[in-house]
Amino acid sequence: MESLIWLVPGLPLFGAAILLLGGKRTNAWGHLLGCLAALGSFALAAGLFFTMLGKHGAARSMHQHLYSWVPVPGTGQHPFQADVAFQLDQLSVVFILLITGVGSLIHIYSIGYMSHDPERRKFFSYLNLFLAAMLILVLADNYLLLYVGWEGVGLASYLLIGFWQAKPSAAAAAKKAFVVNRVGDVGLSIAIMLMFVTFGSFNFGTVFGTAGGASKGTLTAIGIMLLLAACGKSAQFPLQSWLGDAMEGPTPVSALIHAATMVTAGVYLIVRSHAIFDLSPTARLLVTIVGAITLLFGAIVGCAKDDIKKSLAGSTMSQIGYMILAAGLGPIGYAFAIMHLVTHGFFKAGLFLGAGSVMHGMDDEVNMRHYGGLRKYMPITFGTFFLGYLAIIGCPPFSGFYSKDKIIEAAFSKGGTSGWILGGAALLGALITAFYMTRMVIMTFFGEKRWVPDAEGHEPHPHESPLSMGLPMLLLAVGSVAAGFLFSMNSAFVNWLEPVTGPRAEGKLPGGLNSTTLSIITLAAVAVGVAIAVVKYGTGKVPAVAPRGSFITVAARKDLYGDAFNEAALMRPGQYLTRTLVYTDNRGVDGAINGLAALVGGTSGRLRRLQTGFVRSYALSMFGGAAALVAAILFAKL
Amino acid sequence: MNPDNYLFLSALLFTIGAFGVLIRRNAIVVFMCVELMLNAVNLTLVTFSRMHGDLTGQVIAFFTMVVAAAEVVVGLAIIVSVFRTRRSASVDDANLLKY
Amino acid sequence: MSSFPWLTTMGVVPLVGSALVATLPKERSAAAKKIALTFSVATFGVAALMATQFKKGGSRFQFTESHQWIKAFNINYGLGVDGIALVLILMTTVLMPVVMLAAWNDADEAQADGRRSVRAYFALYLLLETMMIGVFAATDLFLFYVFFEAMLIPMYFLIGGFGGPQRSYAAVKFLLYSLFGGLFMLAALIGLYVASGKHLGTGTFDFNTLANAVASGQLGISPGLSKALFLGFFVAFAVKAPLFPFHTWLPDAAAEATPGSAVLLVGVLDKVGTFGMLRYCLELFPGASKFFTPMVIGMAIVGTLYGALLAIGQTDIKRLIAYTSISHFGLITLGVFAMTSAGQSGASLYMVNHGLSTGALFIVAGFLISRRGSQLIDDYGGVNKVAPKLAGVFLIAGLSSLALPGLSSFVSEFLVLVGTFERYKAVAIVATCAIILAALYVLWLYQRTMTGPLKAGLEGMKDLRAREVVAVAPLIALIIGLGFYPKPILDVVNPSVKTTLQHVQKQDPAPALNAQTSEKVDSK
Repeated sequence: MESLIWLVPGLPLFGAAILLLGGKRTNAWGHLLGCLAALGSFALAAGLFFTMLGKHGAARSMHQHLYSWVPVPGTGQHPFQADVAFQLDQLSVVFILLITGVGSLIHIYSIGYMSHDPERRKFFSYLNLFLAAMLILVLADNYLLLYVGWEGVGLASYLLIGFWQAKPSAAAAAKKAFVVNRVGDVGLSIAIMLMFVTFGSFNFGTVFGTAGGASKGTLTAIGIMLLLAACGKSAQFPLQSWLGDAMEGPTPVSALIHAATMVTAGVYLIVRSHAIFDLSPTARLLVTIVGAITLLFGAIVGCAKDDIKKSLAGSTMSQIGYMILAAGLGPIGYAFAIMHLVTHGFFKAGLFLGAGSVMHGMDDEVNMRHYGGLRKYMPITFGTFFLGYLAIIGCPPFSGFYSKDKIIEAAFSKGGTSGWILGGAALLGALITAFYMTRMVIMTFFGEKRWVPDAEGHEPHPHESPLSMGLPMLLLAVGSVAAGFLFSMNSAFVNWLEPVTGPRAEGKLPGGLNSTTLSIITLAAVAVGVAIAVVKYGTGKVPAVAPRGSFITVAARKDLYGDAFNEAALMRPGQYLTRTLVYTDNRGVDGAINGLAALVGGTSGRLRRLQTGFVRSYALSMFGGAAALVAAILFAKL
Repeated sequence: MNPDNYLFLSALLFTIGAFGVLIRRNAIVVFMCVELMLNAVNLTLVTFSRMHGDLTGQVIAFFTMVVAAAEVVVGLAIIVSVFRTRRSASVDDANLLKY
Repeated sequence: MSSFPWLTTMGVVPLVGSALVATLPKERSAAAKKIALTFSVATFGVAALMATQFKKGGSRFQFTESHQWIKAFNINYGLGVDGIALVLILMTTVLMPVVMLAAWNDADEAQADGRRSVRAYFALYLLLETMMIGVFAATDLFLFYVFFEAMLIPMYFLIGGFGGPQRSYAAVKFLLYSLFGGLFMLAALIGLYVASGKHLGTGTFDFNTLANAVASGQLGISPGLSKALFLGFFVAFAVKAPLFPFHTWLPDAAAEATPGSAVLLVGVLDKVGTFGMLRYCLELFPGASKFFTPMVIGMAIVGTLYGALLAIGQTDIKRLIAYTSISHFGLITLGVFAMTSAGQSGASLYMVNHGLSTGALFIVAGFLISRRGSQLIDDYGGVNKVAPKLAGVFLIAGLSSLALPGLSSFVSEFLVLVGTFERYKAVAIVATCAIILAALYVLWLYQRTMTGPLKAGLEGMKDLRAREVVAVAPLIALIIGLGFYPKPILDVVNPSVKTTLQHVQKQDPAPALNAQTSEKVDSK
């Protein structure tokens, strides 16, 4: 089984290659091949997982070395050596199961969702490409190979966000996502370089094994750079701005890439590098701050958006903020970060697919103010969406309750003032989450119809989606319901991850709290959030046009001015700079050269005037020259 | 007779020739002045040859005469053809070959 | 070692082809194209055969040939390749048939105008190939110089004869710039010859003799003279590469030349600059190189950012690509002068990769331009809708240019950055930021030309023809293949880099962790 690891990313990679190279010839069966590749990969992942179950402890980790990738022996003892080698341990197996599992479901869902798109084959090839890259990311045994997957998912995300390229907004969003991600990638690059000059290697084994020997400053620097990378990929503050725009892509993409898997790569990176973060409290503190800010930021944005997908995007940002926060808490949080990641993968993917199903039925309308009363027309969608909703707000016994509750508890038990602040933020986040999710459910499925006819005057005819779309939603709903409970039985999940993340430190809750009272407080907060939303949206009429709202609402609609800031601080000065430089290059640098050429030309033009054409003046100069020569000889003699 | 006198004479002839080249405009006269200069040099060569008892100078004088003869042939032909086309033998008029 | 004169053969094949093509009657342009392509493919065949004979662990220069040429000055016709030259020659011979296929119809218009003939175009290409092989294969400095300058002549005619509206201006600018640099090198070359005569008894132009004499200390040129000679060589190479601020000829030349000529200009000719820095500047003047390193690094890093920023601001596709190359050449130079094995191996690999990716980019841009007849970005938009294959290839080439992991440029770019980071952390970090700019200029170009609604005038644009697909396919395959498996090239390049570093007497810096810890890891 160990020798088959490479096939896990290999299958989707071949799938993508065949579909891309095959071109139109594969149109007829391209989507089936895509699904097959994903399912095959899932089957392999499951097989590997069961192989692992048969072993114990550290022996569960598997390793496969494929070939030497970038060898530079160098002059000294310390070669630069990067290999294509895979490592499958307890952490990566969780990821490959999630990626291939949710991925396969979304492949299946896309068959129906994209059935009217002439480019469906291309869509599946990109999806397969994404799976391959994401699997490389989580299976790599060194940071450089991880980087390949890291940017590979960026590429797939670029291609998929811009899938409807003819829409300028989609093309722009795709580019924005890639460029913002690149800012994060710079962090990862620098982190790898720092590792190389510090440890002489960037293999996980070497780096983690010798991290203790490095200086605090170096470790903190590496940690911060890794955090920067995570911020880019996971849309964390201050690199969050691309995620909202990324919703321009087809909805299955939003579900798979921008909710369930890719955006969680940052969490994976931090948990994977826990050996470094364990040793640097400063870096960890920064991670928690970023997480806390983003979880509130995303939640606030989620409250104000009327676009159902953008609201879910804000929610994703916020939920990943929880994970990042948990990862930053150190040994008390790693396992819960991953657990929330997995449960979130289920319920968020389900919610997005639900949203996609709604859009499918409503002629691609995304504005929630134009929905309403849909529960009667789309019962399956409503049912699965509602289960996902219960999971995300943390209603027991749904899966979100188990994971999010633990994160809030871990945040409080960090201790000290920072523990109170972080815990408070997480608790407040839970309240807001409950509010915006309730708002979404009410605006979409309850109340009266607020449907608007399309440009040609056709009323939308909402209908339930086909089975290929319904089935994945059902399966994800099962995950949203049961995953948390199953993971928490006998702390199964925490124990499973222990060989990778190290033994879990038990935190102590401050101020006389215990985990039961905290759970009650959390549930109370959630109830408050739900209640506010019900009062605000469930009892009265929902206006079809958004009211002006308070200044917070206005700000939140504009993503809390994140884009405005980027535009003012980076884009405009940047454009000005490039324009100035182009001018200077043409006029200044090139001008200096051309000026020099003109100077030489002008001088010779003036010297040319000496050639008058009068023979006698030439004769005079000859005589003059001869006389001067004679005089010189005579003087030299004397 | 003191050979120095020949040298003085040749210097005088050379100077006259040079001045002639510089101030006269008529191409024929300029040409004759050039010949004068050449012959002044010839005289010097012969004189030095005589003074040093070495025949090389006289040989070179012969060379010069041959070259001068050839030059006259070519030069006069040019002047005549210039005169035919431009109706002028002034060297200042033939100034097309300039910047 | 086989005594077969591989390198001479490889140079002679295109030369014969060039003569053959040039003697064809003007009307037989189709035959000219086919003969030229055949000969370029044959040259590649010779090169590929030769590469299989190359011994990785063998002596530094292989396939050496040496014949007396000008006895009075001890000048020899000396050829031989080390690993770096080998891969560059291979790249040249790969690019040549590709360029010919891509440029199949580029000269037709010129012939129809009566300006020039198709046969001249292809004869010049083959002539250029001989020169390019010669410049990489020469081991005699004088011979190198001869090829270095002779290369300009076919290129001059290619730009001046077949380019765009401003071609004369661009061609003269290119020629003057290069000659200007070359003359400095000639002066330094003579200086070096005289100095070698003084120190070694007899003057020599043989690179191996000189480099070994420098390394062993026999050729102890005074530091002052050494610096002057270094600058002589360096200016020539900096103009050629081109480094900031000697770069302004490149955008003009690349934008005015036909796309095929632009590929050879940027992809191969300019590599001579960085190749020369690595081989000649460093090994002949190690002391001076170290002295001038801060200056060169400064120029390189400024050029990296400057080129990238200017690329963002361009409105002409080919000028944009030319500016991206200036940025990349900055990175290559950075790798060379970082004086670490990662940096220099990376730089060598980068030379190859840059040739492939920029070559592909220019070629595809050429396909695009030939369809619309405009080089302005604003004239395009939504091309993806009518010509998806073209757009796809353009995207891959562009992604390679922005060094996407998995594509060939990434490996080299990362090696260069790591190599630089080992010595100059701040410089490397600034250079890393250039990768954001790279994403911007490539993707923005793609966004403006390929996506969005279809621009007027592009309706009915044809997708890639079979010939065009065959032309770019090898490049795309190499770009992806070398991204995942760059080992064959690295294995060949590494020993050469090691020799260079030994000659410069530089060691890779050890990791910060003390030796004890790292040994423990090694044994594990």
